[in-house]
Amino acid sequence: MRVKFMLNGKQTIVDAPADRRVVDLLREDFGLIGVKECCGAGECGACTILVNGTSRLSCLMLAAQLEGVEVTTIEGVAPEGSFAIVQQAFIDCGAVQCGFCTPGMVLAVLDLLQRNPQPSSEEIREGLSGNLCRCTGYQKIVEAVQVAAALLKGRRA
Amino acid sequence: MEVLFPRTLEELKELFVTYPDGRIIAGGTDLLVQLRKHGNKPSALFSVEHLEQLQHVEEKETEIFIGAGVTHQQLWELPIIKNYFPVLHDAVAVLGSPPIRHSGTLGGNLCTASPAGDTLPPLYVLGAKIAISGKTGKRCVPIAEFIQGPGCTMLEQGEFVTGIQIPLPAPQAFSAYYKVGKRKALAIAIASLAVMLEVNPDETVKNIKLAWGSVGPTVMVLPEVEAFLKGKVLSDEILSQAGKMASLGVKPIDDIRASAEYRQCLTANLLLRICRD
Ligand SMILES: Cc1cc2nc3c(=O)[nH]c(=O)nc-3n(C[C@H](O)[C@H](O)[C@H](O)COP(=O)(O)OP(=O)(O)OC[C@H]3O[C@@H](n4cnc5c(N)ncnc54)[C@H](O)[C@@H]3O)c2cc1C
Ligand code: FES
Ligand code: FES
Repeated sequence: MRVKFMLNGKQTIVDAPADRRVVDLLREDFGLIGVKECCGAGECGACTILVNGTSRLSCLMLAAQLEGVEVTTIEGVAPEGSFAIVQQAFIDCGAVQCGFCTPGMVLAVLDLLQRNPQPSSEEIREGLSGNLCRCTGYQKIVEAVQVAAALLKGRRA
Repeated sequence: MEVLFPRTLEELKELFVTYPDGRIIAGGTDLLVQLRKHGNKPSALFSVEHLEQLQHVEEKETEIFIGAGVTHQQLWELPIIKNYFPVLHDAVAVLGSPPIRHSGTLGGNLCTASPAGDTLPPLYVLGAKIAISGKTGKRCVPIAEFIQGPGCTMLEQGEFVTGIQIPLPAPQAFSAYYKVGKRKALAIAIASLAVMLEVNPDETVKNIKLAWGSVGPTVMVLPEVEAFLKGKVLSDEILSQAGKMASLGVKPIDDIRASAEYRQCLTANLLLRICRD
């Protein structure tokens, strides 16, 4: 079936089986390999994307469900060749080790900061509880979110 | 599998005639995991995402109607849920994880009918009724009748849930949901308890409803425990006595998350949290 949607700011039309998983569509048909797959069952958050600004799991979505929506993957959070504030904060705070969880984690942070621009560390942990990281122990990720939140606050002021 | 998007209840009913083996997909957080694990794909999925009648929440004078397609996140954000139904608010706050709550729906949690479904014990103590629609018409049944066993509801082929009706609780009623899992997030309940409580001016219990999750094949309701507590002033001692009765009444199993014995112990201990709140 033909599916029309916005992908990282670009109007996109794709011909795909209605029941193709969105994670496969994005990785294999569009080459957006920043979308990771790990558990394929909703448990790890590696496949997180933003759908109309809200974090959703692309391993639990079907191509047909993309009709008319706006999708953002990690490739679309900043202009080519630059980093978004949240990404830069991850780098500066050492919140990236192997990096496999990072794309999903950053997108989950964007969702969180949109709902709650100044989260406490408890709220950060809760907001990112759908994203697993085997490397960092989470502390540096929490710090990166705090740094990003402070920078974004300065911007708005 | 085709994926179709009915816009009205009529269209959905017709789809069940055209594709008798079709299945409804709401958030897909149970269905897609299950289809991937067990194969056996139906010829079509009917997504209720764009079916407006399943997406709305209606506040009436004495009750609230929650469309089956309302997500856990939407419920959590609604002031009426927070103010009048803390037990449901607590439950959707600890269900899965943020992205699961962004997709998963109340209707999906209900129809999955898992003994560990977090919204089910709250719906039992709130006296919820399930609005069903299908080719033979409409009906509305109490949740305890709707859920028939683990993973089993009274829905027949071609029938679906349009929404959940819940009476508004008495203004001073206290309600809460307590869940014990292996960890805080993304944890299926090892045991849980929903409480709805009204007390008299002299602090004796006027009315109490209790429902336990994950300690039996479906949600467990124990009228003898409720009857024992009625008219008493709640204290650790009274609740410990009620807990002994409760741990004998539930039917827990051993599984990968916990032993039956531990679950019996939790059944009793969860009651003690009422006095802490
Ligand atoms: C990682 C993960 C963690 C989870 N954690 C929890 C948890 O902590 N607690 C918990 O309770 N659950 C949990 N779940 C299970 C699941 O997310 C919830 O049960 C959720 O509410 C299901 O809703 P859904 O809209 O995604 O249902 P779907 O998957 O879309 O549907 C589930 C079933 O209900 C049927 N259905 C849906 N809507 C209707 C309707 N209106 N009428 C008739 N049938 C219908 C479908 O055909 C399907 O059989 C978890 C799932 C995952 C993947
Ligand atoms: S791959 Fe989607 S949640 Fe793990
Ligand atoms: S950095 Fe390796 S999984 Fe998070």
